[in-house]
Amino acid sequence: MSEKIKLKIDGYEVEVEKGATILEAAKKAGVNIPTLCYHEDLDPSAACGICVVEFENKGGYQRSCCTPAEEGMEVITNSKTLRKRRKMIVELTLSNHHVDCPSCAADGKCELQELANHFGVETEAMPSVLEDKEKDKSSVAIERDPEKCILCGRCVEVCENIQTVNAIEITDRGFEANIDTPFGYGIGESPCINCGQCIVYCPTGALKEVDHLEKVWDAILDENKHVVVQEAPAIRATLGEEFGMEIGNVTVGKMYAALKRIGFDAIFDTNFSADLTIMEEGTEVVGRIKEGKDLPVITSCSPGWIKFMEEYYPELAKNVSTAKSPQQMMGVLTKTYYAEKEGLDPKDIVSVSIMPCTAKKFEAQRPEMSDSGYQDVDYVLTTREFVRMIKEARLDFKNLEPQEPYHALADYTGAATIFGATGGVMEAAIRSAYYLLTDEDMDSLDVTPVRGMEGVKEAELEIAGSKLKVAVAHGLGNARKILDKVKKQLEENGESEYAFVEIMACPGGCVGGGGQPYHSSIAMRARRGEGLYKEDSELPERASHHNQAILNLYEDFLGEPGSEKAHHLLHTNYFKRSVLTGKSIAKATGAHEKHLEKAAE
Amino acid sequence: MSVVTKYVLFGIDDNTLQAGARRVEEEFKRELKNAGLDDEIKVVETGSMGIIQKGVVILVEPDDIYYTEVTIDDVKEIVNEHLLKGRPVQRLKFDGKVDKSVVSFRESAQEIKKQNRVVLSNSGVIDPENIEEYIAVNGYEALAKAVTEKKPEDIVEEIKESGLRGRGGAGFPTGLKWSFTAPLDKKPKYLVCNADEGEPGTFKDRLIMEGDPHKLIEGMAIAAYAIGAEKGYIYIRGEYKLSIERTEKAIEDARKYGILGENIFGSGFDFDIEIKIGAGAYVCGEETALLNSLEGGRGNPRVKPPFPGQVGLWDQPTVVNNVETLANVPSIILNGHDWYREMGTEDSKGTKVYTILGHVNNPGLIEVEMGTTLRDIIYKYAGGVKGNFKCALVGGAAGAFIGKEMLDVKMDYDHLGKYKAVLGSGAILVMNQTACIVDMLKNTLAFFKHESCGKCTPCRIGNVHLYNMLDDITKAKGKEEYINNMLTLAESMQQSSLCALGQSAYLVIESATRYFEDEILEHIERKVCPQNVCEMK
Repeated sequence: MSEKIKLKIDGYEVEVEKGATILEAAKKAGVNIPTLCYHEDLDPSAACGICVVEFENKGGYQRSCCTPAEEGMEVITNSKTLRKRRKMIVELTLSNHHVDCPSCAADGKCELQELANHFGVETEAMPSVLEDKEKDKSSVAIERDPEKCILCGRCVEVCENIQTVNAIEITDRGFEANIDTPFGYGIGESPCINCGQCIVYCPTGALKEVDHLEKVWDAILDENKHVVVQEAPAIRATLGEEFGMEIGNVTVGKMYAALKRIGFDAIFDTNFSADLTIMEEGTEVVGRIKEGKDLPVITSCSPGWIKFMEEYYPELAKNVSTAKSPQQMMGVLTKTYYAEKEGLDPKDIVSVSIMPCTAKKFEAQRPEMSDSGYQDVDYVLTTREFVRMIKEARLDFKNLEPQEPYHALADYTGAATIFGATGGVMEAAIRSAYYLLTDEDMDSLDVTPVRGMEGVKEAELEIAGSKLKVAVAHGLGNARKILDKVKKQLEENGESEYAFVEIMACPGGCVGGGGQPYHSSIAMRARRGEGLYKEDSELPERASHHNQAILNLYEDFLGEPGSEKAHHLLHTNYFKRSVLTGKSIAKATGAHEKHLEKAAE
Repeated sequence: MSVVTKYVLFGIDDNTLQAGARRVEEEFKRELKNAGLDDEIKVVETGSMGIIQKGVVILVEPDDIYYTEVTIDDVKEIVNEHLLKGRPVQRLKFDGKVDKSVVSFRESAQEIKKQNRVVLSNSGVIDPENIEEYIAVNGYEALAKAVTEKKPEDIVEEIKESGLRGRGGAGFPTGLKWSFTAPLDKKPKYLVCNADEGEPGTFKDRLIMEGDPHKLIEGMAIAAYAIGAEKGYIYIRGEYKLSIERTEKAIEDARKYGILGENIFGSGFDFDIEIKIGAGAYVCGEETALLNSLEGGRGNPRVKPPFPGQVGLWDQPTVVNNVETLANVPSIILNGHDWYREMGTEDSKGTKVYTILGHVNNPGLIEVEMGTTLRDIIYKYAGGVKGNFKCALVGGAAGAFIGKEMLDVKMDYDHLGKYKAVLGSGAILVMNQTACIVDMLKNTLAFFKHESCGKCTPCRIGNVHLYNMLDDITKAKGKEEYINNMLTLAESMQQSSLCALGQSAYLVIESATRYFEDEILEHIERKVCPQNVCEMK
């Protein structure tokens, strides 16, 4: 039983658990004390000072974000002095900020803009002290604008402590303090894994994705180009909230309708290739379980996780499934199978994907992701870019009549749609692996122990008389816990207790991806995930091996799961990368190539 | 066997070393040998004699004659005239008017009694590099008494009763600080000595370490015993080379003598000390920034609470005390709290070490009772002002200006607090009529701007705006509203900054405008610097 304490916030009595901060207590009393550097998911950095409060019964000022509430405290959250102080901090911050609201990626989402507006602060209340600072455009996924950075420290906190990537850190002191990568090489030559969590938590527009939107519009409006699009599972659970709908509302029909109106020539769905991934990865898992070789199998759909593995755990590369991610499977099929079927020249096809993810931009441009003979995916739009696209097209998204996609490469099952939430890939794989091992479906397809927002989840399953232990981790700090355990077990015993491990780079899985709207909190991510589980429960087919379109694809084109052709198009290799620059040093595995050689013999 | 008749004491500190003290010393030894006096007259090194900016300082005993600004060329004359013929060299003799009252000098027994020297009792008297000399003046007796006769809680109680308050600047009661950590079961606990003396114009801790490092070590060992720590760290700023060397040697010697290490004085108490060297950031003198730096991290202040007493170094209970604070401890334990309480004022007991600089005749280091007036410090101990007294900046950059009308203020925590001033680190910078207050303020703000860690918005950006306004004023671009704007901004910073650095600008700006508003207005309205210091274009 935790101890309760009582205190007064602006005269209103409130009871909170001991250890709660004044900020939390005030929230309970119905007051949202203004904050700027604070975020509910992160440890307070106490950088901005805007949340100061006064006390009725004692002097002094304290930052409410990091000061524990105490029994009998009488907190004042609003007074003449406090108003002045808060205004002053917003004015100071604005005086060292590139105020560029109309064209800023964070316009309307910017917490600094909101506070300035609420407090009635004039932009030029204080003379600007901003110095010219160069944008960091070294990365293919993430762009930094130091002139907009307010040094709240959230990006560093999430990179260092939640993701344990350590790509950025505060360097220099005083007014010269800034956020930088090791040796100042820039994000593109840092250990950054492109997960984009820094963007999602940025209170301003100092961080954003590398924009592909202009190029996509150009392609769409070019008559000679055949522009196809795929959308990740998480997109359908997020779009609604950006257009005034409930968080977690799945708007798949409206999404297709918007894409049609925008003018894409063919609309596929990444959910289709998610089902395909399960067929390939599931076959690989079952094969390796039967052989007892290179276990556990670790999932490969999260490109942030893949780069993290290549930097920090290259010795586990042999354990990672060789199956490409759904985005890349769809990309390669577009420029082979689809082109062939439709009689199109793949060089005229522009393959666009809409992803909740910034790491997908990096994945799409990996040199090895060109098994079609072309770069399999040309452009990747984040959720934020797609939302802007819908807005630019002036579509009334909320009231669009739902529509169907254009092609069978969009048919999907419930197993595919839950890919967007943590534990989803695991659950989808279990549904099919069970079938592959026993020739029958599970009594209930719900694998609830792997669902939910717990950082590390474990489950023990009994399939065909043998016990299989699986683990799921989301957020790379959590992933380390499982990976270190696996590494130790492999080193000491030559085998691990786990047969299958799912890892997603972002907390909450793809619904919490770095391409999702600014300020996606853990609570919002959970609601989007629930939306996907709801869609799953309502779909007629809920296991990938029952996706008729997938079965047709194998019959028409690929042969069988794990076939030579499937391997050639749908599998890949990994590299060992420098933890300082993120550049590849050596090939970490040749598993996929070996497979091809063996097939050739 | 020859009889030593005279001693030539060399005051060795960073200042005299830079002036070439070691070369003069070598020359002295050579000349004494040439004169056949080397058996009879001994050359001895000691700590600072409290006289700075006066080159190489030596003292001839028992004649009680100080020579300053001694060069190699003077050595022959001193040896031939004074040591051989008994005729002191008048031209090199230190001005006798003030020497007796500058406490760190070697004084007559009567003077010592009158001054109640505590912290500096051995400075300039014993050889700081010789542990036996420290032991000979009752050194380590307090530690022995503490660990063999007293319980840790008795020590905490004794320090509490003594009224000793932290000498780093904030003046928090030391015994109370210890009493938060002492009863905690969590192990290990740490004792950290803050020797990252960064306040401009302050160098008292350096001279304490250079002059009597064993006193600090003894104080630390007693404090560690009281709070239950087995490991201590001294965080010394990297520029303090001699402090580091001497403290390092003192630690090694103490280990050899069984005073540090395991089972000290057979009491079962284990304690050892390690020195950590700081890299020169002012903010690392803030205790939580210091702890971050000690751990190898960026020296940014931490959020308090939790306080280091509960969650400190590597998240373990940690007491952080200033050098001077710890150097007070052995005497209190040895002589009892009643003895200590006899010195000082109602709320501020004991003595205070000051460094006094600027337009005074004898800048230096002094130790006087708490409550001694600023006037006495300046006129009795520092030889008075060169020119006319304008004001003093007391407490360093993080301090406040004190004007003429406040010369008779008693120097202690509470009296100064009443007048919106602070004792701070004990730095006193005296200015005469030639100093420009705007220029002084601008320099102070340049310092804050440079030394802000950058974490906290009010401090990081606020200090830049304050500096820019002052810079404008010195360039005849000041606006009427600036005085008010500076005060409002600085007050905001005081109320919303995380650590003392961001909170500091207010005191110095407020005190400057209180005493010298007219002078600032001259700059703004008439575009004139009355002292002709500022550029004004």
